[in-house]
Amino acid sequence: MSITYLEAIREAQAYLLKNDPRVYIYGQDVGAFGGAFKATKNLATEFPGRVIDAPISEDAMIGSAVGAAIEGLRPIIEVQFADFSTVGFNQMVNQAATLFWRTEVPCPITLRLPSGGTSGGGPFHSQCLESIYAHFPGLIVCTPATVEDAYSMLIESVTLDDPVVFCEHKYLYFHLKAKSLPQEALPIGKARIAREGRDMTIVTYSAMVHECLEAAKEMAQDGIQIEVVDLRTVKPIDTDTIIASVARTGRLLCVAEEWPWGGVNAEVISRVVAEGFNLLDAPPQRINAKDTPIPYHPRLWSVHRPTAQSIIAASRHLLRI
Amino acid sequence: MNQELNRETIEQAYRYMLTARKLDERLAQLYRAGDIFGGVFLGKGQEALSVSVGMALRKGDIYAPLIRDGAGRLAFGETVLDALRNCLGSPLGPMRARDGNVHRGRPREGCMAMISHLGASISVVNGALMAKRMKGESGFMGAACIGEGATSTGAFHEALNQAAIEKLPLLLVVANNQYAYSTPTTMQFACKKLTDKAVGYGVTAHEVDGTDLESCWNTLQSAARKAREGEGPQLIVAELLRLCGHGEHDDAHYVTDDMKQSNVGKDCMELARTLMTSQHGFSDQELQEWETSTQKDINHSISIVKQEGGPDPYTHSWNPLATRELNEQANGIAK
Ligand SMILES: Cc1ncc(C[n+]2csc(CCOP(=O)(O)OP(=O)(O)O)c2C)c(N)n1
Repeated sequence: MSITYLEAIREAQAYLLKNDPRVYIYGQDVGAFGGAFKATKNLATEFPGRVIDAPISEDAMIGSAVGAAIEGLRPIIEVQFADFSTVGFNQMVNQAATLFWRTEVPCPITLRLPSGGTSGGGPFHSQCLESIYAHFPGLIVCTPATVEDAYSMLIESVTLDDPVVFCEHKYLYFHLKAKSLPQEALPIGKARIAREGRDMTIVTYSAMVHECLEAAKEMAQDGIQIEVVDLRTVKPIDTDTIIASVARTGRLLCVAEEWPWGGVNAEVISRVVAEGFNLLDAPPQRINAKDTPIPYHPRLWSVHRPTAQSIIAASRHLLRI
Repeated sequence: MNQELNRETIEQAYRYMLTARKLDERLAQLYRAGDIFGGVFLGKGQEALSVSVGMALRKGDIYAPLIRDGAGRLAFGETVLDALRNCLGSPLGPMRARDGNVHRGRPREGCMAMISHLGASISVVNGALMAKRMKGESGFMGAACIGEGATSTGAFHEALNQAAIEKLPLLLVVANNQYAYSTPTTMQFACKKLTDKAVGYGVTAHEVDGTDLESCWNTLQSAARKAREGEGPQLIVAELLRLCGHGEHDDAHYVTDDMKQSNVGKDCMELARTLMTSQHGFSDQELQEWETSTQKDINHSISIVKQEGGPDPYTHSWNPLATRELNEQANGIAK
């Protein structure tokens, strides 16, 4: 048996619907149709009345989730593409994110954002928005890179008493497979060492974990051992794991698919410099997508985001080799 | 069943209106005395509508009041102490000094705590109503209050459409007080009347003279009955005038004399008083006594709240998350 990243998301939702009567799913085309990506396939039939088609109203979708959370339910909102969540941005960052702090009433809602680029996706079906959500206090932002994490972190997200932005990567939906679903998992908020190495640290998350692992594999052929840290959660950031890794390697490269200005990479480097400056043997480096809207044509897109090749080039620069 | 506006209910309604008006007057004084942090926003002229909404609701219903709903809040169960604590920044208030003035509520008790973004609370009420339905409750209703300015937001459109699709028992109450801050209605919408919008959403509309307590009462009672009986969202548009500035910082010089002298410019409190004495047998003396005792009660509450002081920034918990261990502060930044 093998299970894809997308199937893991479906299975996590089936598990949640089955085990927690407070859970329901609300989003465009999630009902009988099973969702634009089929992440809710058959769930409407299995769980009548709990997988509900929404109008094209991201503001009202998220706003209503807050109301339902106040009433004790645990809504999962599927936004068809992360890019469209900007239409409901206000409800997430001002309504959901402030509710607990203002009123002491928790706001357990999970916003599922199919994120990131796929070939041909173009400017409005490819965005990575984790940093703009992470900027707002009161939100947890998850960016799973593996099938196992997609499953376990989605279940944990819905279980948490806080609003979670769950950035699931569309590039991994079908590509990534695991043998089975996990029995146990690291908690949200903890990073994972995806590959051990002594020469430099790459901090990354989501689909970029796989580009980085590929780069590390290639570099290993030249005897260079790269440690890859998979953040898993970008808010909160597991600073301890990052600093510990940099303490071992002395060099830091941050890799993210999102745009460069003020993002996760900038945050990680800022923390390492502020808290672990003495651990560094070289200035920390970062690679992001180019600072333009995301291009449609596969040939343009292939160099727009970081790839194993650009990661190798940056690693060589960092190692002065 | 519509509840009648009889001697008993009108006394209740009038007392809430009176308390709201007197509280507003005292808040304005406190503002001018420099006792209030931030702004003060009053509901003068909107008490009849507001109280009619608050009294159409029952325990277990959902209420999302807005800036000018002091009377409705009291009718739904808010205490004068809660209101004052929020306005004066007491740590014992419902928002524990983290939010102020009209931004207050007790969501657990069905009273939503408005954020500033206009139109944003309607879908929150929708969601609470959807949740109640999913939980198998029945007979409940929700009310969201907005001004005519908020009808121009995308959130209004999305939420009213959502409520219509889901056939939710929602009262969407629009107080058309003729100005959104300084903006006249001609620059806010181009339909003849706001009730015209209802057709496009497939919801029932009600138009009412917002200065007249009896009309407001009857309209809200009948809209509430329809909503509770499963007839879907009810759009209520009340015509009235804001008899104060947008906030106490605003002298409202843009409100024209014609407007003030028109029908909408009448003071609902004065009209209610006349109704009380001419139709329901209350004496002027009685009403005067209520006024005096209300004033006294409010002053007493103010003295209590003033002694409570403000929050302590050093012992304050700065955690925005319910999951304590996931707060960034707990995780190595901004210690
Ligand atoms: C989305 C949004 N934009 C702007 C504002 C700033 N603002 C606060 S109150 C107000 C006018 C509101 O007018 P209306 O909705 O008619 O209500 P009223 O004040 O007349 O009761 C404005 C523009 C806001 N709070 N929310």
